[in-house]
Amino acid sequence: MAHTDQAEPTRRDFLYIATGAAGVVGAGALAWPFIDQMNPDASALALASIEVDVSAVEEGQSITVKWRGKPVFIRNRTETEVEEAKVVPIADLPDKLARNANLPTDAEATDPNRGVEGKENWLVQVGICTHLGCVPLGDAGDFGGWFCPCHGSHYDTAGRIRKGPAPENLLIPPLEFVSDSTIKIG
Amino acid sequence: MAGHSNYVPQSAGAKWLESRLPVISLVRGSFVDFPTPKNLNYWWTFGGILFFVLIAQLITGIVLAMHYTPNTGLAFDSVEHIMRDVNFGWMLRYLHANGASMFFIAVYIHIFRGLYYGSYKAPREISWILGVIIFLIMMGTAFMGYVLPWGQMSFWGATVITNLFSAIPLVGEEIRTWLWGGFAVDNPTLNRFFSLHYLLPFMIFGVVILHVWAFHTTGNNNPSGVQPKTKQDTIPFHPYYTVKDLFAIIVFMILFAWFAFYLPNYMGHPDNYIEANPLVTPAHIVPEWYFLPFYAILRAVPDKLGGVVAMFGAIAILFVLPWLDTSKVRSGAYRPLFKQFFWIFVLDCIILGYLGAKPAEPPYVLIAQICTVYYFAHFLVILPLLGFLEKPRPLPASISEAVLKGGSGKPAAAVAASETN
Amino acid sequence: MSTMIKMVRSFAAVAAIAIATPALSAGGEVHIDRQQWSFAGPFGVFDRAQLQRGFKVYQEVCQACHGLRQVAFRNLADNGGPSFSEDAAKQIASDYTVVDGPNDDGEMYDRPAILADRFPSPFPNEQAARAANGGAYPPDFSLLAKARAAERGFPWFVFDIFTQYQETGPDYIYSLLTGYEEDPEGIEVPAGQYYNHSFLAGKFISMAPPLYDDAVEYTDGTLMTVDQYAKDVSAFMMWAAEPHLEERKKIGFRVMVFLIFFAALLYFTKKKLWRNVEH
Repeated sequence: MAHTDQAEPTRRDFLYIATGAAGVVGAGALAWPFIDQMNPDASALALASIEVDVSAVEEGQSITVKWRGKPVFIRNRTETEVEEAKVVPIADLPDKLARNANLPTDAEATDPNRGVEGKENWLVQVGICTHLGCVPLGDAGDFGGWFCPCHGSHYDTAGRIRKGPAPENLLIPPLEFVSDSTIKIG
Repeated sequence: MAGHSNYVPQSAGAKWLESRLPVISLVRGSFVDFPTPKNLNYWWTFGGILFFVLIAQLITGIVLAMHYTPNTGLAFDSVEHIMRDVNFGWMLRYLHANGASMFFIAVYIHIFRGLYYGSYKAPREISWILGVIIFLIMMGTAFMGYVLPWGQMSFWGATVITNLFSAIPLVGEEIRTWLWGGFAVDNPTLNRFFSLHYLLPFMIFGVVILHVWAFHTTGNNNPSGVQPKTKQDTIPFHPYYTVKDLFAIIVFMILFAWFAFYLPNYMGHPDNYIEANPLVTPAHIVPEWYFLPFYAILRAVPDKLGGVVAMFGAIAILFVLPWLDTSKVRSGAYRPLFKQFFWIFVLDCIILGYLGAKPAEPPYVLIAQICTVYYFAHFLVILPLLGFLEKPRPLPASISEAVLKGGSGKPAAAVAASETN
Repeated sequence: MSTMIKMVRSFAAVAAIAIATPALSAGGEVHIDRQQWSFAGPFGVFDRAQLQRGFKVYQEVCQACHGLRQVAFRNLADNGGPSFSEDAAKQIASDYTVVDGPNDDGEMYDRPAILADRFPSPFPNEQAARAANGGAYPPDFSLLAKARAAERGFPWFVFDIFTQYQETGPDYIYSLLTGYEEDPEGIEVPAGQYYNHSFLAGKFISMAPPLYDDAVEYTDGTLMTVDQYAKDVSAFMMWAAEPHLEERKKIGFRVMVFLIFFAALLYFTKKKLWRNVEH
């Protein structure tokens, strides 16, 4: 606020500065509720985890469930698919990271790091193309995995990007088998 | 609005902007260098307070609209969703709901200040008329906003108010059906009310600019009612009135916060926490407090059309007030008789407000009728006659002289109070 | 000094306008006694144990007829509420059955509730509720403590602004639950209804007296009386209607302290600025 041309702050300046500072603090505190109201609300956060019964998903089949408003692909892979994915050298992958929320962020994109630990035939991933958010098609593309029709991204049988503009492998959400046939996602 | 600034752009950027769009000098001329009478009292801060409340309502309202759903099946629950789940949703909704009441508290004080100091008189008639238009749009906005939570009072308030239009001869029924978009208040009504409730505040904002433009052209009125004559009579708006208005706004916010945080439902009606039910009318339908004086006038007239005419007439009469007051003296401070009638009129309005909340039965109806007659008599009989009958006190030669005399520009009671101190 | 007087005057004007505020909900000449509540006043907080007891009364006595549809099971574990542990809230939820679906066969199915679900209502719709209750509609509890109020005539409603008395909702619910009487002599109570001196809508209420001494087992040593049950369930209903009450009052206090401090600073700033202006 108003400054006189004196170099030393006077008592009056102090009052003005204190008032101005209090106003800035108040305005800042007031702004927060207006910003925070756009964050996910309590009812959205409460839906953060879901449990899915996968007992009916036979080998070679997949189901799509909704988690946090997004599709999640749950695939019971055939042995051939797992083998195909395992033989791919890491060096051939455009994205060499596993992108698995259950592993450290620097884990490599090997097939065991993509599948569910101890149940390697299961592949659970968020069905959102990492390019611009479309939903890829299953059992399609040059690598027998997924193919995104929007801009032509090809994913292999472990959901790893192999060809096309997408920068990352399909994301694997936090998950665990809470029983032999039930997966908890989130 | 401009023209009061001798601002000369210094920096290259400012020069570039000023030569293309002179906003800097416009803002400086209107809100920085603008010469303002130096004797404005705290009643004059309510203009600034109103501007603050308008902005607060706009911001909280825009934010609430991000979470609200204008559909009869979802509206009530979406408001509860805001209250329970949305981050700070309860705060935003309580601020908005109580903000409406704060808006009316401030606007009524602002109007009565104008009435007391003769701010409606020449040359400020346009500013006054624009103010009455703002008041009308405010009432429409507030009414439609109250419908949105879709509680019992929302629904039945909407029903009663829209039915007022059916009193219009010949086309009343058609107008009512048109307003509803159906044969009762229903989803189309709620949906259009939401749309209009979002639109009207921006119209208020536009009219506010005209309102300010008008009295910046004529110059502010002031407690003495005497036009500024020399430079000694005025001071620049900034920093004097910016800081004074800000102080008043913060004090007003204390009152606002008192209600919003500690008594959030005080101004509301419990029945509005019951979801709207078109088959059951609540025992007593009461409008929001700020409509009560007009509601009392409506009910005082034992005729459907007559009641509606009286109610709208009570506001419409404000439009012609500048030509009903015949006095040559502007400020009530120099009008001993007017002063007394002014306070009787204030009391009359408060009693009307009280009666508006009471059931329409004896003795309330009779008192309301007397008060209604007095309301109109104040404008149609008392003000025109006072100009001729009253002998005003001598006016000061200038604002500076009024200030030096001390207190002459203040209400009589305030003078007495400050003299005893 | 005259500035201060002017400010006081502004407040007086505001108070005068507030007189025009309508009295709270109307009704007969019922007198509702004011009760002591832990959540009243500017620093009010809910009594956790009371909310948990009140919830138990709701579960065992009220919920057969009265819903709580706006409240989610997760709310039971929220701060500022009954504060059950998350596991306890999960356990409570799993005792309720909610309808979900459709499944892959297109059928709706029942499943145990989870934290994200809201309390299922006892009746699918109002018609079913009326059919099961002799024509009367047991209201949902979610907002009842704010949807009911005792009348506060003039001048009390003016004082309430300053005393912050606003608990007429729970006061009313408490008096209703404890307001049942033997049918007074000379008054004929319609069949299927009961005499209740606190009932605002005409003394005859369709709800049978719901509470009896020792009807609900309290394990924390609290008295197991109708009076205590009524108080506990009223408090619980206040929380259900206003789950952010504690947060609201807490933030409100900080806002007040800041505003008063800032107003004081501005007052002195203004005074300094204006010291050379005759006004």
